Amino acid sequence: MFTFLLRRVALIVPTFIGVTVLAFALIRLIPGDPVENLSGERGMDPERRLRLLHEFGLDKPLPVQYGEYLGHVLQGDLGTSLTTHEPVLTEFLTLFPATIELAFFAMIFAVGIGLPAGILAALKRNTVADYAVMGVSLTGYSMPIFWWALLLILFFSVQLGWTPVSGRIAVQFDIPTATGFMLIDALRSGDPGAFKSAVSHLILPSIALGTIPLAVIARMTRSSMLEVLREDYVRTARAKGLPHWQVVLVHALRNALIPVITVIGLQVGLLLSGAILTETIFSWPGVGNWLIHGVQSRDYPVVQGGILLIATIVILVNLIVDLLYGVINPRIRHA
Amino acid sequence: MPEAAASAVSDTPAVAGPLREFWQSYAQNRGAIIGVTLVLLLIALALGADFVAPHPPNEQYREFTLTPPMWDEGGSSRFVLGTDPVGRDMLSRLIHGTRLSLVIGFISVAISLVIGVTLGLVAGYFRGLTETVIMRLMDVMLALPSLLLAIAVVAILGPGLANAMYAIAIVLLPHYVRLTRAAVIAEAGKEYVASSKIAGAGTWRLMFNTILPNCTAPLIVQATLGFSSAILDAAALGFLGLGAQPPTPEWGSMLASALEFIQRAPWVVTYPGLAILVTVLAFNLMGDGLRDALDPKLKR
Repeated sequence: MFTFLLRRVALIVPTFIGVTVLAFALIRLIPGDPVENLSGERGMDPERRLRLLHEFGLDKPLPVQYGEYLGHVLQGDLGTSLTTHEPVLTEFLTLFPATIELAFFAMIFAVGIGLPAGILAALKRNTVADYAVMGVSLTGYSMPIFWWALLLILFFSVQLGWTPVSGRIAVQFDIPTATGFMLIDALRSGDPGAFKSAVSHLILPSIALGTIPLAVIARMTRSSMLEVLREDYVRTARAKGLPHWQVVLVHALRNALIPVITVIGLQVGLLLSGAILTETIFSWPGVGNWLIHGVQSRDYPVVQGGILLIATIVILVNLIVDLLYGVINPRIRHA
Repeated sequence: MPEAAASAVSDTPAVAGPLREFWQSYAQNRGAIIGVTLVLLLIALALGADFVAPHPPNEQYREFTLTPPMWDEGGSSRFVLGTDPVGRDMLSRLIHGTRLSLVIGFISVAISLVIGVTLGLVAGYFRGLTETVIMRLMDVMLALPSLLLAIAVVAILGPGLANAMYAIAIVLLPHYVRLTRAAVIAEAGKEYVASSKIAGAGTWRLMFNTILPNCTAPLIVQATLGFSSAILDAAALGFLGLGAQPPTPEWGSMLASALEFIQRAPWVVTYPGLAILVTVLAFNLMGDGLRDALDPKLKR
């Protein structure tokens, strides 16, 4: 197990270095150098330009510049935002809990519905229920989520008035930020109205963001269950006279879940990129919204830092999924 | 019973050609048939957009802004799906959007396929350091969520339709490289490759003429599915203002530019989205069907 762990951890080092190269290249590939962008329309006299280039370290050879960049990154220095003049890492960490909160509930929605739906489709194979689940799942998988989010708003917020349109909590609640997770903070404030408001703000964004993962999980659960239900040990369990639910839930499901867990883990990347769209539509103050603002206002340190941080998180989550997979499926460790 | 024997013989179909065999297996899947029908319909619509669309896509009928669809109150049969905030005919813009979306899908997938297959062939054929470098690079690209990578590329190249297509081509690239490499490695050890080598075939001939044709099935499937993700990502970029720019009738940017009218005139938002959904769904259905028919191994 230990060598397996070491090998997997060692494998992410080149990937991480690659991502830093990409993030580093991002700024260098943008037409015009930062000093030129700084000078604006009027231009700058060549002497001052050279001095500034020297000041920023931009006159050094590229490998040296990259080395310095990597050094800064490893110390947690990702530069400062051009618009707010705050350190990029601080901004990211302030906003990240909002994204985690959204992604977490999106995942609960996806697993909570996708898993039972997939099991149902497998058990009732080739019936109306199966076709319905697979049809809905394929539609969900093909859904442009920015449009889906708008339809949800149009129906539940505008027509029925059940849920708020945007934000994390109604404006009249002034909740002090302690954890950054609105639900926890609202709960701590002791105001049940605030908690209720926070929950109602979470519902539509979670559904919008969770729809594609739901579709993927339902499909995967179905095919994995179908495979397992054909196994000899399931037949043996039935032959022993075990009740149907016990065969399904204990014997089949446990084994069918192995690939499903991997798929769930792999949805994290999807959730983070989906968050970009979902947060934009619901004005959700998370890192996706922040990143898009960064791109639109040409705030390159934010774009560079944001991409590096999100990619790092995806790499780490994939690593954890791999390791967990090794735990639940011992065969993989020796592959 | 000579008669029965004769009819039994004539009932046996002639040896099925590969295409026929493929079609028989493909046609068993009802979803796949729906998918391919829709795709053909969309292609016809895209090709004939100039003739089918009742109005020019950018013609503004200023006195008819935000006209509802014809079956709603206040709608007119002149504008079947209504008009947008500046009085352009929705239906005509959607039809022209079909052309745009299919072109985006086609160009992105084509660029990605050509580069990806070449890189995959090189990686799988030469192995060693070349392979390591290429595959590590692909791992890095896969570590980034696709939309994020596309946004990063657009941040470098600047917003616009062409740049969005390049961005999507880059995003799709790792899938083709991985598929081709895996297929090449599986094929390279087979005897027909060895005999071709002994017969004196050069490296390029071995790579492109001998090995590649035997790796096409998974590539066709992936390319079809690539179409749907290209269309979806292009619409998302358009929606974020990073892809096609107004007044281009691209579905994603149409949706974004009409956002403020969503309450007063929901049709300006619902129809472009529906168009995206139907198109993506059609390619996904077709891709799933192709996968089941061409490559039973990949069947999930």
